[in-house]
Amino acid sequence: MSGLKPLKKFDAVLAVCGFAVATTLGLQIARAGEEVNIYSYRQAELIAPLLEKFTAQSGIRTNVLFLKKGLVDRVKAEGVNSPVDVILTVDIGRLANAKSSGVTQSVDSKEIDANIPSEYRDPTGHWFGVTTRARVIFAAKDRVAQDSITYEELADPKWKGRICTRSGQHSYNIGLFASMIAHHGEQYTEKWLRGVKANLARKPQGNDRGQAKAIFAGECDLGIGNTYYVGKMLTNEKKPEQKQWAAAIKILFPNVDGRGSHVNISGMAMARYAPNADNARSLMEFLSSGAAQEIYAEQVFEYPVKPGTRMSDLVRGFGRLKSDRLSLQTIAENRKAASRLVDKVAYNDGPTS
Amino acid sequence: MSVNIQKSFQYPFKNRRINHSPVFARGQKRFVIFTFAVSLIIILPILSLIVLALGGDGESFAHIVKNVLPRAGPTTIILLVETGALAALAGFIGAWLVSFYEFPGRRVFSWALMLPMAVPTYLAAYGFVEFFSFTGPVQTLIRQLGGYTSMREYWFFDIRSPTGAAIVLSLVLYPYVYMAVRTVFHFQGARMVESARSTGAGRARVLFRILMPMARPAIVLGVTLALMEAINDIGAMEYLGVETLTFSVFSIWLNQDDMAGAAQLALFLLIVVFVLIRLERWARQNRQFYDSSTNSLSSRYRREQLDGWQGLLATTFTALPVLLGFGIPFYIMAGYAWDYLDQGFDPDLLNALFTSFAFASIAGLVTVLLALVMAYSVRVSRSPGVALLVRLASIGYAIPGTIVALGIFLPLAMFDNFFDGLMRQGFGISTGLLITGSGATMILAYVVRFMAMGEGSLENGMQKISPRIDMASRSLGKTSSQTLRLVLLPILKPVMATAFLLVFIDSLKELSATITLRPFGINTLSTYIYDYASRSRVEEIGLASLIVMAAGIIPVILIMRTMLDRRG
Repeated sequence: MSGLKPLKKFDAVLAVCGFAVATTLGLQIARAGEEVNIYSYRQAELIAPLLEKFTAQSGIRTNVLFLKKGLVDRVKAEGVNSPVDVILTVDIGRLANAKSSGVTQSVDSKEIDANIPSEYRDPTGHWFGVTTRARVIFAAKDRVAQDSITYEELADPKWKGRICTRSGQHSYNIGLFASMIAHHGEQYTEKWLRGVKANLARKPQGNDRGQAKAIFAGECDLGIGNTYYVGKMLTNEKKPEQKQWAAAIKILFPNVDGRGSHVNISGMAMARYAPNADNARSLMEFLSSGAAQEIYAEQVFEYPVKPGTRMSDLVRGFGRLKSDRLSLQTIAENRKAASRLVDKVAYNDGPTS
Repeated sequence: MSVNIQKSFQYPFKNRRINHSPVFARGQKRFVIFTFAVSLIIILPILSLIVLALGGDGESFAHIVKNVLPRAGPTTIILLVETGALAALAGFIGAWLVSFYEFPGRRVFSWALMLPMAVPTYLAAYGFVEFFSFTGPVQTLIRQLGGYTSMREYWFFDIRSPTGAAIVLSLVLYPYVYMAVRTVFHFQGARMVESARSTGAGRARVLFRILMPMARPAIVLGVTLALMEAINDIGAMEYLGVETLTFSVFSIWLNQDDMAGAAQLALFLLIVVFVLIRLERWARQNRQFYDSSTNSLSSRYRREQLDGWQGLLATTFTALPVLLGFGIPFYIMAGYAWDYLDQGFDPDLLNALFTSFAFASIAGLVTVLLALVMAYSVRVSRSPGVALLVRLASIGYAIPGTIVALGIFLPLAMFDNFFDGLMRQGFGISTGLLITGSGATMILAYVVRFMAMGEGSLENGMQKISPRIDMASRSLGKTSSQTLRLVLLPILKPVMATAFLLVFIDSLKELSATITLRPFGINTLSTYIYDYASRSRVEEIGLASLIVMAAGIIPVILIMRTMLDRRG
């Protein structure tokens, strides 16, 4: 009696599904004109002011897809048909991984090479750093007297129960530990990492801001973090309590009297099968230019790579950065060993075990 | 006593001779072939994992066994055991009280107990950490009362621990248990309790001897779903600093650039999950009931009135999970939304809302329809092979979303490029990334991830229908597809509606697969939230988070209605 009814519904379902597929396909086809496609580990809004300026200057439209884990694997799988032109990412590990996975191509541009010092780009032009980010020590203003520190010193028992960090497996910490391996070897670094672990006040947790908050809360006296987080906290008008967290700490640039502080980069690379290679190149040249570098410096509180770029007043107030000259490639090569050490010494279990 | 009743309702299909009954032989082949094809697509990510795992040189295996398993293994077990126990407790007590007793607030809590289901685990984790953090309301109050200024002056429990994580997870996952147990009690409990009471059995005796055994399969079903979600979770675990095996899968893959090692560990996890599912089957075997009477739910059933301290206790026990699991994340997010009210409504958010609804609806429909056919072919074929395949197809829920996403993306992109190559050579046209360039992979990922909900619901629903109904239809000359469409489908409608809503809610909350698979220009509510949260600017996502929760609440209420209005 109602034999047709369920069938009709089924047809309706099919129609809905078909429509959905058609619209998504349509979206794909509808894109045309001068444009550049970006896959980004960096949040869309962080790079928005840069891209707006780029479009205004060049007339090239930008499409950003914000990805996280698996960006490189995706590009690799997409192969020759990949729509991506430029990959934007933080952390040297991901840039090196993009290169070794074969998803990037060499870019030879006098303009970029003139803007970016050689230590912050791949010798063969497969990736370029656009900003550097210093990994420093946050110290409690009222509980830590000393005004200088070394990374090595973090393993000193005098800090027992006083250090806070985020997860040892976070790429920022992996980068730092990899630099320790590069300078001192694996054996020393293992011992050092056990020392730092023993000095922890609590299980590694939260993000870099969380470490400043923990110092503010009195849970610990030292934290490891990137400088720009302090800039972000100090200028956070919406959450003024973060200003208090930042006010509770002072920034110590480690190893200033020696090799300098560990720096990582945020960077860019051109995709191997970039369909809009010329536009990609324009974008990359723009990002290395003075105009873009100033936006970086002013808005995200990172250190511009182009020498002579005006730094934000706030960042200059942190003190003078002396960067470790260790090659980023070497750091990338030691990441695997660093990550395994973190597992081996059970760093993330915290101080108790 | 309950055991006797169950025995009398033994599943007649257990009798293997029925396998060869001509009634079931005709026309069933189509279903089996269809199921086979669908299952293959759905277990695609597992096949990808196996291929990736085989690509390893075994070198990482030593590292995993020596440094990863001994720590992440016990952490994972603690997390699962505690999450399971807490979810079972909260879900069962809630369902028991609401079903059989009358107390202040019962009506409200009977549906409010489902609310935490609308909260994604990552938002729950965030809300809890904020709520119990140094600057949160609880510790602030403690400091004010005690006159403290520093955290070192008092002890406070650490939510960022395996037990803390288990508390957070169980508080948003117990609704699976509540829902399953509540349904069983609703349809079978009343008469049982009435007859037991008439023989003079006391409250405790009824609870332990009748209700608990009766609810056991439902508890196990709910707990299995909760545990699969707990095991695949990465967002909340990262935030809570709990290193489960899934956490290690990611650090091996991303920090050690070792896809093969990560795949090996992920496969190991899957085996564990498969064992869990077998356990669930084992708990369910010999415990099938048919809903033979037409009005098993009795509105006539008079719930026992709880007054005074007993009523208060009942209210407390049902209110607590709701206040914690839904109230805390809601309180935190509503606070943020309030702070940022002046920013106005972001048009992108409306877009994301629309996209989320569209994708979640399609995923829900596709999942339920596929699950219907799959469950039916298990019913008609009674072949252990088909059953195993279907079981494998519903294991996707235990795989972390990012891994599912890659497992789908890698082979399909390979196909896209292969097809594109063919078309270029043959016709000189490029089809590009035909499948992977569209949103279709997102739908597929949701289907793979949430088939467990669809398949589980449909199979349960079908088991409650006596096979005699099929036999009657078939002996009247209807084919197997006619029987499915004309006889079973109408009966199963409420079950399908529930399954649809479950998949819908979970697709709405889904983050990791979505973010890995989405094409240019597509934003869902959860990717919108993630975009902000990953900038450590979680305070700006208040409104979006409230919308995700609100969007989940409507289906949650609908689920309760369809479930309990069902008349046999």
